[in-house]
Amino acid sequence: MLAMRNVNAGYGSFRALFDVSLEVKAGETVAVIGPNGAGKTTLLRVISRLIDATSGQMTMEGEPLDRVPPHEVISRGIAHVPEHRRLFPRLSVEDNLRMGAFIAPARAQFKRRLELVYQLFPRMQERRRQLAGTLSGGEQQMCAIGRALMSGPKLLLLDEPSAGLAPVVVQSIFEAVRTMSAEGYTVLIVEQNIRQVLRVAQRGYLLETGRIHATGTSEQLLATGAVKQAYLGM
Amino acid sequence: MQIFDLFLLEAVVNGVLLGGILALLALGLNLIFGVIDVVWICYAELIMVGMYAVYYLHTMFGWPLWLAFPASVALVAVLGTALHQLVIRPVLSAEPINQLLVTGGVLFFLQGVATLAFGVEFKNLGVQLPPLHLGELYLSSARLIAFAVALGGMVAMYLFLKRTYLGTAIRAISQDRAVMPLMGVDPRRIFLTTSALGGALAGLAACLLVLQYDIHPAIGLSFGPVAFLVCVLGGLGNMIGGFAAAFIFAEFISIGGYFLDLDWGYVIAFLFFIAVMFFRPRGLFGGKA
Repeated sequence: MLAMRNVNAGYGSFRALFDVSLEVKAGETVAVIGPNGAGKTTLLRVISRLIDATSGQMTMEGEPLDRVPPHEVISRGIAHVPEHRRLFPRLSVEDNLRMGAFIAPARAQFKRRLELVYQLFPRMQERRRQLAGTLSGGEQQMCAIGRALMSGPKLLLLDEPSAGLAPVVVQSIFEAVRTMSAEGYTVLIVEQNIRQVLRVAQRGYLLETGRIHATGTSEQLLATGAVKQAYLGM
Repeated sequence: MQIFDLFLLEAVVNGVLLGGILALLALGLNLIFGVIDVVWICYAELIMVGMYAVYYLHTMFGWPLWLAFPASVALVAVLGTALHQLVIRPVLSAEPINQLLVTGGVLFFLQGVATLAFGVEFKNLGVQLPPLHLGELYLSSARLIAFAVALGGMVAMYLFLKRTYLGTAIRAISQDRAVMPLMGVDPRRIFLTTSALGGALAGLAACLLVLQYDIHPAIGLSFGPVAFLVCVLGGLGNMIGGFAAAFIFAEFISIGGYFLDLDWGYVIAFLFFIAVMFFRPRGLFGGKA
């Protein structure tokens, strides 16, 4: 579905990604793991076209993605749940979800998808009139994921959904990711919480200092020396 | 011995009517500031252009008012987008003081152009509406119409902002501009739409004011500073606050004017404004964060 080949990117003279190649197939849940500052967020921002790749190719369902303006990426079927969730704090939960359905084809499906989001996160229905800024961290993450689902994406990009959340809440977020995965959503998820994310992902990439250092199924990655040593403390 | 004073009642009612039009002026300024983070210092000069548009379309080209009014609203809306595209966009990330200076420059530019094009003499639309008798109360129908239309315009704007996707995006963009592309929203388009709406509100105000006031190139100075003060009083960028502040301010002018005289009404209203600024510098109802 999504393919990146030898993508390089950075900010000004700072290079954040070096020759990154990765692929996400339809129906897969793929994890990108790695430490802080490895370039995981940059990777997702390149896919969403929020920053330009300096070289390399990106395709979504075979169509080149490299020249698409950022606000049209979502119409190609890619929804991005950004770092820090970035909800609209002074809009209600439902208005945040409405913003997720802004693109024309999504508006006709608003009611139906709202039901789906409320099924996945019943808490959002309870809080639908509440301002997003007053939600707890976990609820905000649910709202942010729900907002992305409102566009009816083919591919969901999740940036550190567990960041800053209490362990119990992290569990419920990964539970939701597992549910989405089981329901056939295609997900590319970036995480520092390696143990948890490799439990819901089928495959993964290890990203360190902007380079892909290892790739394989979740079991293979967990067995990799580098992952074991550096992140799992074994 | 009268139980209540008829003229005081008239002053209170006139204050409400004035409040309606001030609220409309404040709404346009607050919308632009709330969304784009720029104060259109030249807002009242857009109204001046709109008033001239009504005047010339009606008296020179013989357009009926029902046609001249919407045409003028559309013209000022286009002027609003031009203002954004040509003047605001290049300074969007500049210092606020520079943004104030450029829109201030547009104020003098529009005044100058109007003086050159239309001359300094006062022009009057020549439409006299008969006053309305309500029991023993005499009320200007131009003011009543202005009040009703202003209120209608504000309700329409409120519903638009609350109920539509575009309106929700306009509210959202003021809270997080950078995330908008992820929603499929092109921020530039939202800014242009908002500028057109701000212009349309100025055009609507022009249609209402032209029924009550003579037109001259400096007419903007009669509304601009007051509209700006009302916005600050209500909390800059706070549309509901601006709405309430408009009525408070108008009653100060109107009731103060009743007890002393009209000019004193303004003095009292400005004194009230200054006092509020001492105690609540972010306005009565708090401004945009």
